[in-house]
Amino acid sequence: MIELWNALPVVIQILIKIIAIVLPLLGMVAYYTLAERKVIGYIQVRIGPNRVGWRGSLQPIADAVKLMMKEIVIPTKADKVLFLLAPMIAIAPALAAWAVFPFDEGLVLADINAGLLYLLALTSLGVYGIIIAGWASNSKYALLGAMRSAAQIVAYEIAMGFALVGVLVAAGSLNLGAIVAAQEGNLLTWFWLPLLPLFGVYLISGIAETNRAPFDVAEGESEIVAGFHVEYSGMAFAVFFLAEYANMILISALSALLFMGGWLSPFPQAWVEGIAILGDGFHWLLLKTFFFMFVFLWLRATFPRYRYDQIMRLGWKVFIPITIVWILVVALAVLAELPPWWSA
Amino acid sequence: MGFEKFLFYVFAAITLIAAGMVITRRNPVHAVLYLVLAFISSAALWILLEAEFLGIVLILVYVGAVMVLFLFVVMMLDVDIATLRAGFIRYLPIGALIAVVLALEIFLIVGPANFGLQQFPSPVPAGPDVSNTEELGLLLYTLYVYPFEIAAVILLVAIVAAIRLTLRRRPDTKYMDPAKQVRVKKGPDRIRIVKMPSESAAVPAVAASAATQESTE
Repeated sequence: MIELWNALPVVIQILIKIIAIVLPLLGMVAYYTLAERKVIGYIQVRIGPNRVGWRGSLQPIADAVKLMMKEIVIPTKADKVLFLLAPMIAIAPALAAWAVFPFDEGLVLADINAGLLYLLALTSLGVYGIIIAGWASNSKYALLGAMRSAAQIVAYEIAMGFALVGVLVAAGSLNLGAIVAAQEGNLLTWFWLPLLPLFGVYLISGIAETNRAPFDVAEGESEIVAGFHVEYSGMAFAVFFLAEYANMILISALSALLFMGGWLSPFPQAWVEGIAILGDGFHWLLLKTFFFMFVFLWLRATFPRYRYDQIMRLGWKVFIPITIVWILVVALAVLAELPPWWSA
Repeated sequence: MGFEKFLFYVFAAITLIAAGMVITRRNPVHAVLYLVLAFISSAALWILLEAEFLGIVLILVYVGAVMVLFLFVVMMLDVDIATLRAGFIRYLPIGALIAVVLALEIFLIVGPANFGLQQFPSPVPAGPDVSNTEELGLLLYTLYVYPFEIAAVILLVAIVAAIRLTLRRRPDTKYMDPAKQVRVKKGPDRIRIVKMPSESAAVPAVAASAATQESTE
């Protein structure tokens, strides 16, 4: 089997690996939409979708088939090329970001040195899909949504970038595998504790970056109908949807990786001798990611939408100062070799 | 080497075509998007030169932030293409002259005389263990620390100047003080609890039924 694998050309090997990452990801996206409707349903004392399949378990497939059958309506005077290009621009960075994501020790498609930087650069490209969609639709609601989204994402990207600067100061590396390795130990040596303010800022900025409630003013259905994707229908709309959910999963997985120890087990090594399932492994990363994915839904069901000026204030006047101060604190702690995190 | 060279020519061609489109497209939004494409392919060229830090930062800073704000402004513009085209022939000679002079100057400085292979032999490719980011950081914060800090201060001056130029007090607009809003407590600031005796016995039957109807609605 291994000989057969090695005999394949490198391009084919990489292609197979990409498919092995993207297909489960798209499956997760599909079932994340179901999870969202179910979780929010139960939070609001409803049942949620329960007609298609066992307890609604085939609902995402029904939705996908419905969206594929629908006509893609292109508005008059819309910029046709950009209108159809926008959903692709939205989803491409959301998928490409997974290239540097390590799923377990050494299990990564491209183990590059500047992994964190690459992720930051790619997540910053996602906004183009939204802006181009808003402009190309030739609709004032779409344009307003795009404008809101652009200002919001630029504001929160800075806070997010600074939070990640704190992570790389603490880990001493931009490589994602090395960042997890730097958190080795137990629950308390993970970065969530020494970087607690940055962790909070990162998570909230991540929600703002993905345009999720309570930061979803780019859609704001009570004010601007559906924001940037008001003119989209059928598959073109579905691709925006996929991109948004893929981004949510990415932010959740990154939170797990950068602050919660990734695939590291929360139990000390001595406790888990002989019990493989409690040791380090991919399943821990998956569990932590699922937790953050749940937090996304939980917040959406809990909080009302933020007012726009308050969003801007939170980004520029609260988060950025917090991150700058805490980067300084972390840098000093690293210099002082503060135990248990940075004792050499 | 073959594949790398092929990639170089592909990205170089995309950069040049995109840059050409930036100045020939009539629609300013299209021009900005072509500029984004030019940035991305030049970032790819830098990565081919093993300058992955610079390449990624180019995308992060210019494409991810600067061009987003650029698009933001350009989308708001209501460009009248007819007036833009109006003086084209009249300004063509002087524009062409400036372009030729500029091209000549660039060629004299960046030409083979100064940057040929004799002056700069192609460097030995560094191994995969060399961290470009680390090398750059070491140089930037030791050898070039003063130019680096001075550049930062100049940028700060520019920020302060831009804010000062656009800042204006408008006493007639009403705005909220978020600090005050945050400080509001639900107790004494928002609701007042009034103690009063029960009145159910004194209320006439008709009014009582109206009241219950109201509450069920």
